[in-house]
Order: sequence, then structure tokens, then C-alpha cells
Amino acid sequence: MDIVIIGNSAAMVGAVEAIRKHDKTSNITVISDEKYHVYSRPLISYYLADTVTEEKMAYRSKDFYQKNNVKTILGTKAVSVDENKKTVILENGDLVKYDKLLIATGGKPFIPPIDGLDKKNIQTFIKLDEAKKLKSSIKPNSKAVIVGGGLIGFKAAEGLHALGADVTIVELADRILSTILDNESASIVTKRLLKDGIKIKVGTTIDKIVGEDYVKEVHLKNGEVLPTDILIFAIGVTPNTDVVKGTSIKINRGILVDRNMKTNVDDVYAAGDVAEGFDMLLNSNRVVPIWPNAYIQGETAGLNMIGIENTTNGIFPMNSIGYKDTYIITAGIINPPDESYDVMVKADLDKNTYKKIVLKENNIVGFILINDVDRAGIYTGLIREKIDVTPFRNQLLKDDFGYINFPKDLRKSKMLGQEVR
Amino acid sequence: MKKVYAKEEVCVGCKLCEVYCITSHSKYKDVLKAYKLDSTRPAPRIIIEEERPISFSLQCRHCDDAPCVKACITGAMQKDPETGVVTCDTDKCVGCWTCVLVCSFGAIVRDLNNKIASKCDLCAETGEPACVKNCPNEALVFTEGGI
Repeated sequence: MDIVIIGNSAAMVGAVEAIRKHDKTSNITVISDEKYHVYSRPLISYYLADTVTEEKMAYRSKDFYQKNNVKTILGTKAVSVDENKKTVILENGDLVKYDKLLIATGGKPFIPPIDGLDKKNIQTFIKLDEAKKLKSSIKPNSKAVIVGGGLIGFKAAEGLHALGADVTIVELADRILSTILDNESASIVTKRLLKDGIKIKVGTTIDKIVGEDYVKEVHLKNGEVLPTDILIFAIGVTPNTDVVKGTSIKINRGILVDRNMKTNVDDVYAAGDVAEGFDMLLNSNRVVPIWPNAYIQGETAGLNMIGIENTTNGIFPMNSIGYKDTYIITAGIINPPDESYDVMVKADLDKNTYKKIVLKENNIVGFILINDVDRAGIYTGLIREKIDVTPFRNQLLKDDFGYINFPKDLRKSKMLGQEVR
Repeated sequence: MKKVYAKEEVCVGCKLCEVYCITSHSKYKDVLKAYKLDSTRPAPRIIIEEERPISFSLQCRHCDDAPCVKACITGAMQKDPETGVVTCDTDKCVGCWTCVLVCSFGAIVRDLNNKIASKCDLCAETGEPACVKNCPNEALVFTEGGI
């Protein structure tokens, strides 16, 4: 059987590792427009800040493809899919036939249509090549403006600040990291960035870019003008669905997949940031562009492609991110949309700690932890396994909350008998 | 695979498991030297939970379907296909704490001194978990298939 994977990141690795556990003989071909050995995308900000070398960005060992008997076509873009002839068409005109196809093309950064985009020193920040470019153009005291204070903008700010740049984040929402933090937690994180001299403009966005060859100024919608040497767009990523345009493969925001990660077209699967899969908290499909999700979806797709029925229980957003000594772990629904949710909060603003738990009926559906992040995964597990927390609800916010607060039978079944479960 | 299981009924809460865990992973394999001399003394790789009269220690369950391995952004967290032991390659770990986010046992410790994820490796170096060996009341057992 010929298995073809378009994409060379976490979802690909999840698929390959799952396939090779059971199937040593099918041909696997990986196609990517990037020329690199599989690397960790989230590490590009660490690379930018000089805390991780390019060599250490390898997500799997150098013999990964060889060991797993994977043929690679790297540095060549897949431009389209012919689902009737079961063929992938490459930019150089070559055709790659498949019996099963996994589309794992990730996301592409969104750049708003504004005046002045043709100037130099304007870029996005999601790939290693972009991190390299940024690193070569940044100098100490360069004025860097980052449009977007989400996860990517936040990490870009950290990296650029570490290199000595004068950093300003411009965020349209009323706070940074607005998808993963509420106002109170965002204020703790904001305070920490301001302490290091990172400037933050919220409630506004870019209006136009001014300069000759190079960007010189950024004009904001609120009238402010920011002198700018480097402009980074980090507004967000959208699923990179280009390769399936014009096919019968269904797209909503991302490529729609069922719980086996299969698209509406037989033998075609999608996983990772390009896929719109089942979110167990929303009880509907959505794009959840995070690394762990990509691996899990890739794994599920891989198993189903070789005929091993496997369904994901569904995923939900979760992030662990930080700035120097400030740690942030959040998951699920963190700003309840209506009155049917309960919220528990414990905050100590002197210590800059914040703990918020969001419940729906008897289940935890989300949390935010700032700084006091140890054992966060216990909450994640309670969400994932939909455990009724009624018996220990009043203990959830305790500093040392743990398995000791679980009912004895729950604790014992989890701690003592995982194999027999 | 063999794992460490805790019998909370007989745990006396002495925390010797923690002392010997640190010692076993210190470059000195001696309690006094580990505590007195080791400037990079490792964090304990077990969690002790205590609310009198109950106490127990909890360490990595080396899950079959380990979420930490799947979630790790660097590839540092790996499960050995032969032994089943989940280990963190501390050269690759960057201390992003994604493993802390996904481990439903809360069994991965943030070693903030060394900025690495610290977790039970079943004392791979010595072949016998030091916590089990040094538990004075046999409240920790190292066995196959649960207790």
C-alpha cells in the first residue's frame, strides 16, 4: 500500500509512528515544501532567543526517516490533489500516487490587507526560515513591532527582547493572550512584560505601514505612530487548505474530518492545524492549532489509514507557555459564555499567582493557572475523562490539591490498576 | 511492565522515598553528599501526598498511551518500546511544561534549578527503584500488573 503524507511536522510523526507500530511494509512518502529534517515549530522562539541551537530543534532523531522506512520529498511543494486519480501533484509537475493520503499541511499566517505591505523587514513568524530571517535582520535596539499579542506574538516578543530589541506588541483585543487568559490573569502577565520594558498597546491595531524601501513607521488605528525597524505579523494562523482547493474534499474553516480523522472523501485524511476535528468540550468540530493535538490527530489518522479502527475522544485547546519566571498553563473553556457555568477563583496578587477553574454541572471544563502550575495535568485529566468532581469540588482550589482529595476508589483505580482497567 | 505501586494503608509518611529518590539521581549516590555537596541537586521525581491519617507517594505511571510523550514539543519525552519506561532526555528538554499540562497524575516535577522536566525513570541506572528499596514499611512495591 502507498501512504502519502503532505506535511512534515507533528501530525506526520504521529501518523508514521502509529503506522510503523503495526505495519512495517507499506510505503510511506512524506512531502513538504520545507527542506528541513522534522523540527519542532514551537522551538523557533527559543532558537530566535539563542537558547536552542538549530541542531537541537530536531523533533526526532536524525535517522527517523530511515528507521521508519519513510521516503521523503522535501523542499518541493505539493500543489494539488486529484482525488479521483488518487494522485498528489507537485510544483515541479511530478505526480505521486497514493492509496491513502494524509493532509497535514498545518496553518498559514494571516496578514490583513493594509497599505505598505510591500516594504522590507515585514514578516511572519511560524517557520524556521522566518526565525532565521528575523534573527539576521534584528540588531540590539532595533525597534520591533509585533501585530498580535496571541501565542505567536507573545513568544516572538520574548525572543526579540532577549536579543536586545525594543519591542512593542499591538493587540486588537483588550488584553494579550486573549484566547487563553481572562482579564485578571492577563494583567499579571502584562505586568511582567512591562517590567522588562516590552510595550503593549491593546484595543487597537495597525492602520498602515509607512517607509521608503524599508518599513519606517507603523500607524495605528488609535492615531499613534510607532517608529519601526522590523514589523512582525502574528495575528493568527488559518488552516493551510490550498492543496485541496478545487477538490470535493470539504472545507469549513479547516478540512472537515470525522472522529477517525477521515475527510468526506474515501482514503483521504487530515490532521493537525489544517484539520477541523471534534472538540469534546464544544461537542462540535473546530480547528485547535496546538502541537499535542496535531500529534494525536496524526496518530489516529495513521491507524485508520492502515485499517485499525481508532477514534479520538476529541481534543480541546490547552497551552503551557511562559515568559521567563512567569508560567501559564490553561486549558478548555476559560471565559464561560453564559450563566450555566460555575467559576472558582483563587488569586494572590502579591505572589502573582492565579487559579481559575470553570465548571459545567459536575465537570471541570477549563482552567487558568498562573505561576502556581504544578500538577496542572490533574485538572486536564479531570476534563478529558469527564470525571464528576462533586465529591471533592470544594477542594479543587487547594494549594496542594491532588489524588489524596479524590474518593478512595477513584484514586485506587487510577494509581494502582492502570493495566487491569 | 513492572511499576511502583503505593499502599496508602501502610505508608507512615516518613518521606524517605523522597530522600532516596533525590540521592539516587544525584551525581553522588550518598544521602549526605547529595544534600550537602550537590549544587545541582535534582528535584525529587516522586510526589508525596499527605493529609493525615492518609499519605502515599505517587510517581510516573509509565502509561501505555503516555500523553506526555505525545505532547512533548521537543521530542525529549520518549517511551522505550522495549522496556516501556518513559524518560525525559534532559539535553532536549527546554522546560516548557507541556508535559505538566497533560500528565493526569501530576507526576512530572518542574526542576526549576535545572529548568528541566523531572520524572521517575524507575532508577534506570541502578535497575531497582530506590524509593521501593528504602521504604521502611514496604508501602511501595515494584511489581507487574497492579496490586
